[in-house]
Amino acid sequence: MDKKVMVDLLYQMLLIRRFEEKAAEMYAQGKIGGFLHLGVGMEASCVGAISVLRPDDYVIAGYREHGHCLVRGSDPRLAMAELFGRMDGLSKGKGGSMHFFDKERNFLGGTGIVGGQLPIGTGVGFAINYRGGDQVCLCFFGDGSVAQGVFHESLNMAALWKLPVLYICENNLYAMGTALSRTQSVTDIYKKAEAYGMPGEQVDGMDVLAVREAVTRAVERARREKIPTLIETRTYRFRGHSMRDPAAALYRTREEVEEWKKSDPIVQLWDRMSRDGTVSDAEYKEMDKEISQVMEEAVRFAEASPEPPLEELLTDVHV
Amino acid sequence: MAIITYREALNQALREEMRRDPRVFLIGEEVGVYQGAYKVSQNLLEEFGPKRVVDTPISEAGFVGVGIGAAMVGLRPVVEMMTFNFAIVALDQIVNHAAKILYMSGGQFRVPMVIRGPGGPAVQLAAQHSQGMESYFYHVPGLKVVRPSTPRDAKGLLKSAIRDDNPVIFIESETLYGTKGEVPDDEYTIPLGVAEVKREGTDVTVIGWMGMLHRALEVAQDLEKEGISVEVVDPRTLRPMDTSTILESVKKTHHAVVLEAGAGFAGLGAEIATLITEGAFDYLDSPVVRVTGANAPMPYAKNLERAKVPDKARIIAGIKQALAV
Amino acid sequence: MPFQVIMPKLSDAMVEGRVLQWLKKEGDRVQGGDVLASIETDKAEIELEAFGSGVLRRVLADEGQMVPVGQLIAVIAEPDEDITGLVSAAPAAPAAGAPAAPKVEAKAAAPAAHAAIPPAAPPEAGWVPASPIARRMAREAGIDLAQIKGSGPGERILERDVEAYLATQAQRLAGAEVPVGEREFEDKELSTIRKTIAARMVQSKAPIPHFTVTVEVDMGAALELRKSLNAIEANVEKLSVNDIIIKATALALQRHPAVNARYSNGQVRLFKRVHMGVAVAIEDGLIVPVIRDCDRKSLGEIAREARGLIDRARARKLRPEEYSGGTFAISNLGMFDVVEFTAVIDPAHGAILAVGAIEEKPVVMNGQVVVRQRMRLTGAFDHRIIDGAMGAKFLQELKKILENAVQLLL
Repeated sequence: MDKKVMVDLLYQMLLIRRFEEKAAEMYAQGKIGGFLHLGVGMEASCVGAISVLRPDDYVIAGYREHGHCLVRGSDPRLAMAELFGRMDGLSKGKGGSMHFFDKERNFLGGTGIVGGQLPIGTGVGFAINYRGGDQVCLCFFGDGSVAQGVFHESLNMAALWKLPVLYICENNLYAMGTALSRTQSVTDIYKKAEAYGMPGEQVDGMDVLAVREAVTRAVERARREKIPTLIETRTYRFRGHSMRDPAAALYRTREEVEEWKKSDPIVQLWDRMSRDGTVSDAEYKEMDKEISQVMEEAVRFAEASPEPPLEELLTDVHV
Repeated sequence: MAIITYREALNQALREEMRRDPRVFLIGEEVGVYQGAYKVSQNLLEEFGPKRVVDTPISEAGFVGVGIGAAMVGLRPVVEMMTFNFAIVALDQIVNHAAKILYMSGGQFRVPMVIRGPGGPAVQLAAQHSQGMESYFYHVPGLKVVRPSTPRDAKGLLKSAIRDDNPVIFIESETLYGTKGEVPDDEYTIPLGVAEVKREGTDVTVIGWMGMLHRALEVAQDLEKEGISVEVVDPRTLRPMDTSTILESVKKTHHAVVLEAGAGFAGLGAEIATLITEGAFDYLDSPVVRVTGANAPMPYAKNLERAKVPDKARIIAGIKQALAV
Repeated sequence: MPFQVIMPKLSDAMVEGRVLQWLKKEGDRVQGGDVLASIETDKAEIELEAFGSGVLRRVLADEGQMVPVGQLIAVIAEPDEDITGLVSAAPAAPAAGAPAAPKVEAKAAAPAAHAAIPPAAPPEAGWVPASPIARRMAREAGIDLAQIKGSGPGERILERDVEAYLATQAQRLAGAEVPVGEREFEDKELSTIRKTIAARMVQSKAPIPHFTVTVEVDMGAALELRKSLNAIEANVEKLSVNDIIIKATALALQRHPAVNARYSNGQVRLFKRVHMGVAVAIEDGLIVPVIRDCDRKSLGEIAREARGLIDRARARKLRPEEYSGGTFAISNLGMFDVVEFTAVIDPAHGAILAVGAIEEKPVVMNGQVVVRQRMRLTGAFDHRIIDGAMGAKFLQELKKILENAVQLLL
């Protein structure tokens, strides 16, 4: 694989990791409020998938969407300012952690209702066909969403109408605090594709290259043949459901978490590139240092950004 | 001016807007091959084809979401609810998504979408298919809610709703589809958020829409014989509401009666009464009277159904209560 | 427990009140709600109710005495209760018009033992149920709602009650004796108030030195004009004689602006516009709706507007702005076969025109006795600003216009 691509994948995953670690730190300092759902450990899924896209493709996700937005190219400074609730944030500080939107990058949010993005992503696919384009829409959701009615409604319509949508289930094995085996009668989520007559594929969600490969195939199928796909990325979040669930100790064991951490997607890729000699230790350290500086700058930017003026309370209610 | 039915007026509005703007499409249950459960989309499939007149599975949340997604990336969907009772299934998509995406995205993504279909009391359809539905929507910032009572209003308001860049809840009425009225021959629109005085009077202002409006107009005619001059105001758009027309009327008549087909508790009647108290207190000669549907689900039995929704006698009693006569 | 009876505050503007009459004597036993006295405020005569039961132990204000709001005027207590502290705290012999003692002072003067005494004037004392618009109309017209009996639920005073009250006042101002129909209500208090109003009317009217001038007009031309105009089919609103008189008077006023005026604080206020008050008899009184800018309006416009105003006046639907702001008034009692009468000038005007009935009578014209339609007009003028000749010229002008009525079409 192209070295440049590999370096970029590593960079993106590390950027997201450092962004979320910084966000956790700022949350602890009281600079970020509300819900903060971190995807630490899950970076391979969004980076591998979104790295495949063209700028005119679309991405929509749920409330654990910082990574998806950043890998789409959004400015970490604006993302941090959004978490701080500041005027320069992606959504002028009105959305917060769960509602990152970036229209310039065709990033459609950012929804806090489990599964709410599924029919909307389906509608984006509908619009692509309506206009006769060859873009695709990547619609990300967690395993919890699969239990929602709109999951089934969306896959049915997408297959029925041949919509260029990839439904990417980031299966981190827990719907909040409830294990997959306690919420799903069939725990291999990709198998549900069969019921709708669309391809389904399960992939190692901790392996960014595996995700990228599977999504590349599905994107091509969607562009050329208008065939939607359900992709299940098996992944794991190293932290709790949100900052209010830091230990995640009630529903999973420390051993299980430690076991999964051995397949940290960043470490995995870095090991591989190090072995191949693609990236030297020094280069990796330089990359990490540069990203850390980006995060320091993002925090400085967010802190310096003004709070939204009070007029913003009533703007954007209607066009 | 041509005299056409309310149903034809809506059909004309859809047809004209679909001809005018290729981004407009109609999506919903039975809108195409079946020609619409209430025939509002009659012959649209023939003219515009299946790409723009889209039959859906029975998945209200799903196809409302499809409309939202399509709207976010530049199309202008008209989503038909076979009846608005089914919109409750899609309430999450409407309330948490359609209404809020503009705001949550800091103004980046618009959702120019119309969700339309019949709602309100029907005839012997019982509790789930016969109810005032507007109250589920007009509380929500970000939505516009339209209730057109005549063919002329239905056409002009639907055209404006389709051209509006916000999500618009457009609730028609099964019982009005067959009613006839004058509709201008030339192209016209009626702006959202503008009420109309449907009948001028001097003694009391009656505010109502849809079936209640028509009943109020009949009552006004009856009371004229008794020397009571009733002004009837039709808000037409419930959100945003044209409060100034209502207040001007009340400032003239000094008495107000609000009609509401749905259950009265925490309904729009309460909101309008408050608006009047806040905006025209010094002009009131009596407390604002609400005449509303009973606080019960819609029964099937004819006699109970009649008792559920305000009839002319109750409206007259309400007016006389306001006038203390 | 003793109860303090104080001069109540019955309006925002009220600073003092006069005790007109004590209806209970010292030593009488009284129950809460009994009428103790009648009090005259700046706006009305009201009844002062007892808020507690006991014996009227002490009366501290004489009949006719002016007492500041909040001042103690009587004490109700049981015969064996000690009231010396209360009584001594009250001013011994307050002079009429003495400044009101602030309530806090009165409280401070009362010994601590009386801390349990309820507030002397609970808000209910002055509370009169009235609709918001009735309140506003009363406020704007400067009348005390306590004078009006409400016809709404719980005796709430409604718009129509204030209108009816204003109409009775207007009737008095216009001075015309209009047959009054059967009243919906009849009570003693109202007649007491009327007495008070009448007394004050005399006071307020006394400064206006009225003089009257009468002319007789030949109405042949005016009636001819009316007949021809009403024969035009398109002319939907049929003209009345009164419409013609209104228009003619407006024209005469335009030509004699000194009569379209009023006396005001040592000055004469000359009105630039002609707003004609037209007295309308209604069921229980009289009201004077105003047709604005009569000089600039056509006969048809005046007829239409007059019809609307009269209808609304009879239906008691006039808004306050429709019966205020006039600069001159016309009172027509012709329909009651009154040949000639004088009307009392509204203090807001400088003159008033009283119109009698049109009568067929023999007159000598060009040496011949002929039967003509004749009508008498009597102007009453405020001599402070209008002299006899001025009034006479005005009436002469009006007579000329009516006798050459075709000029009303110009």
